[in-house]
Amino acid sequence: MPLECSPTLELREITKAFGGVEALRGVDFALSAGEIHGLVGENGAGKSTLMKIIAGVHPEFSGTFMLDGRETRFRSARDARAAGIAMVHQELSVAPDLSVAENVFLGVQPTNQLGLVQWKRMAREAGEQLSRFGIDVDPTSRLGDLPIGMQQLIEIARVLSSGARIIILDEPTSALSPPEVERLFAALRRLRDEGTAIVFISHFIEDILRVSDTVTVFRNGRKVAESEAAATTKSALIEAMIGRGSEALEETYTDDIALPPPNDGPVVLKADGLTIARSVRDVSFEIRSGEVLGIYGFMGCGQLELARMLFGKLRPDRGTLAVAGDRKNFRSTAAARRSGIAFVPESRRSMLFHQEPVYKNISISILDRISSLFLKPSVERSIAAGQVEQLRIRPAAVELELGTLSGGNQQKVALAKWLSYPPRLLVLCEPTRGMDVGAKNDVINIIRDLRSKGLAIIVFSTEPETVLSLADRIIVLKRGAVVREFSNEAISKDRLLQAA
Amino acid sequence: MATDDGMAVPAADRKQRRTLSTMLRSQMRNIAPFLTLICLSGFFAAASPSFATLDNVGNILTQVSVTGIIAVGLTFVILCAEIDLSIAGIANVTGIAVAYFTQQESYVNIANIPMAGWAAILLALLLCALLGLVNAFGLTMIGIPSFIMTLAMMQIAAGISALLVRGQIAYKVPDLITTLGSSAIGGIPWIVIVAALMLLGGHLVLTYTRFGRYVYMVGGNREAAEYSGLNVNLILGSVMVISAVCAGIGGMLGVAHFGSAQQNEFDTYLLDSIAAVVVGGTSLFGGRGGIGNTIVGLFVLGVLNNGLDHVNIDSFLKILIRGLILLAALIINVYAQRLRARAAE
Repeated sequence: MPLECSPTLELREITKAFGGVEALRGVDFALSAGEIHGLVGENGAGKSTLMKIIAGVHPEFSGTFMLDGRETRFRSARDARAAGIAMVHQELSVAPDLSVAENVFLGVQPTNQLGLVQWKRMAREAGEQLSRFGIDVDPTSRLGDLPIGMQQLIEIARVLSSGARIIILDEPTSALSPPEVERLFAALRRLRDEGTAIVFISHFIEDILRVSDTVTVFRNGRKVAESEAAATTKSALIEAMIGRGSEALEETYTDDIALPPPNDGPVVLKADGLTIARSVRDVSFEIRSGEVLGIYGFMGCGQLELARMLFGKLRPDRGTLAVAGDRKNFRSTAAARRSGIAFVPESRRSMLFHQEPVYKNISISILDRISSLFLKPSVERSIAAGQVEQLRIRPAAVELELGTLSGGNQQKVALAKWLSYPPRLLVLCEPTRGMDVGAKNDVINIIRDLRSKGLAIIVFSTEPETVLSLADRIIVLKRGAVVREFSNEAISKDRLLQAA
Repeated sequence: MATDDGMAVPAADRKQRRTLSTMLRSQMRNIAPFLTLICLSGFFAAASPSFATLDNVGNILTQVSVTGIIAVGLTFVILCAEIDLSIAGIANVTGIAVAYFTQQESYVNIANIPMAGWAAILLALLLCALLGLVNAFGLTMIGIPSFIMTLAMMQIAAGISALLVRGQIAYKVPDLITTLGSSAIGGIPWIVIVAALMLLGGHLVLTYTRFGRYVYMVGGNREAAEYSGLNVNLILGSVMVISAVCAGIGGMLGVAHFGSAQQNEFDTYLLDSIAAVVVGGTSLFGGRGGIGNTIVGLFVLGVLNNGLDHVNIDSFLKILIRGLILLAALIINVYAQRLRARAAE
């Protein structure tokens, strides 16, 4: 029940650029006391940037910032906190080695006259605060020992009970189970009724529609729509988010594309009931030779963990993996590699050796095939030169230190290191993230070519375009579980987003 | 993509012009320690007529030999961005063990097992390899940081040493060890030859074998090594064992070199070995450096220790001067890394 009064917070014509790239372009935004304001938009649409401006994280921007009708400029997040603005960031910002109670009272521990911390009082009050949110946990236990969802809840509870009058929640529900989401919503509604202004960012549009009073949609750094939550629908919001006839150069996949009928090649990998702590729940699928399987889901849906299980980096709590019919229990990434599985993680930093020349980066995964005890640098160089040629890596010099290449070319090197002796299964995480259109097309063509050679390929991505451009079959993950499989049917970005 | 080829020519041209200064900068890590060595040698040669003599060069070589043998294994560990603080302890316990399994004079009241020399050497080597395996197990299987794991091992090795000698001094070691540790062939001390061969062996392994490449890659980016399907734990475990065995060999020869085996004999070798590796320019963050750097570092240390004895200063002041010069060498090392990082941009 939004109160009829002038907005607590009013932003006009906000523009913010990062190194020449405009993240926000002339955005107006208003927030009133006693309102829950939902924000939706694709990755990079500018939601988080705007919220970080409000929370004082980005003090440099152009435009007008009015708080309680007075023009204000925060110099830091500390200023914003002093003005009663608190934010729960997308990435957990807790101290895992401190106790639950210490985290709840981080920076504001109760002390006695001597300035010593009152541990018993702190634990008691932390327990009381948390139980108000239905969180039943020993306040003296180490926070890092609790499941991720519980840590997230505790962080949210800390912010909600901080007495702030403007609270910003950036993707707070990604790691929460349905009953936990219910409890969070109840707490948000209670705070709203007490007069707190709340901003709620989420990829889960149903959640936004259920809890918000007002919904604002962002696209490419602009505010493209704002309406009362009761007056809009999920499909209207998705349409506003992705835009019909978008001006972007790239394929937008707003129209249907047809997924091919199932392929009848031999099964390369079969996953059965894979489960890990709270992040992946009972995931089963199989993939055949000559097939690209897309696994799509929002940030925090369990993709990262699932991908790492396939490559022996994480071990499942339950469930089995079989490669070409043989049951496997990978004890290390080396074991997964020996069974013919190749893996490219989502971050370039974690898969390449920036100080080493290109050829050493390409040969690292196949050294045991081309040499036994002693290295054969000439063989390494010629294999690397072949890959550089084939993948059109520029500049085409295998002696160059990898760090001197551009991002897109580095990503190609990460792919190249697996291709000299093609694996049976290639697991790719975000294979085209951050690439320009040309490099993106190159990678898409490489992947299609590998598929035609009979490789099985799994593409994990949080970007709908990536899976739509590559996959023959798409599995949608939501909160760690498979919620939908698209196969042999028409699909569009709308429908993919609807499913997630 | 078409523009790529058009752009390639001027870009390559620019590269050419920048090549020399860029190369010099990127090689600073290797050049700086070498310059330090030349400056130190020049200074001592000018300050003392007895410094720059063939005899004294022989002295320096002999003086750095035990450190050199120990530093071979430590170079592997530091290249992997780990540390081994137990090297001096393991050197000591291995030296004591080889004496323990040798028949001593009657007044030395330890085991006095009449055992063939080769068997005593083998048992001592097994002991140091075993202690290295314990380090490897703690680091890779339990996940104890190497700093802490080897700190504990330092104490454990000292404890085993104490139990074996019980405060006494043992003088006898197997003949082979006596020969290698304290005699010479054609005027060249055996211990110098052993140190040179081990340094050479270490260099060949690091440069020309697959294992050596893996050591550099694990040190350069451990996460990337794991995602490239390398068995990172196996490599880390191996370097811990290599380090312990090198320390053990250094300990056995050291005992023969000093003429006795006793508690706390090798305490100064821990810092000396670490200093040799790091002053030589091997990065404590892993992935950069090598045996060549360690050799230069050894000579910087050797020249410094030896040279200070040739000039006339207060012997208590020498300890401080030594520390200050090491600090200066380390500052140059860090500065060289920064230059390199800038050259890479």
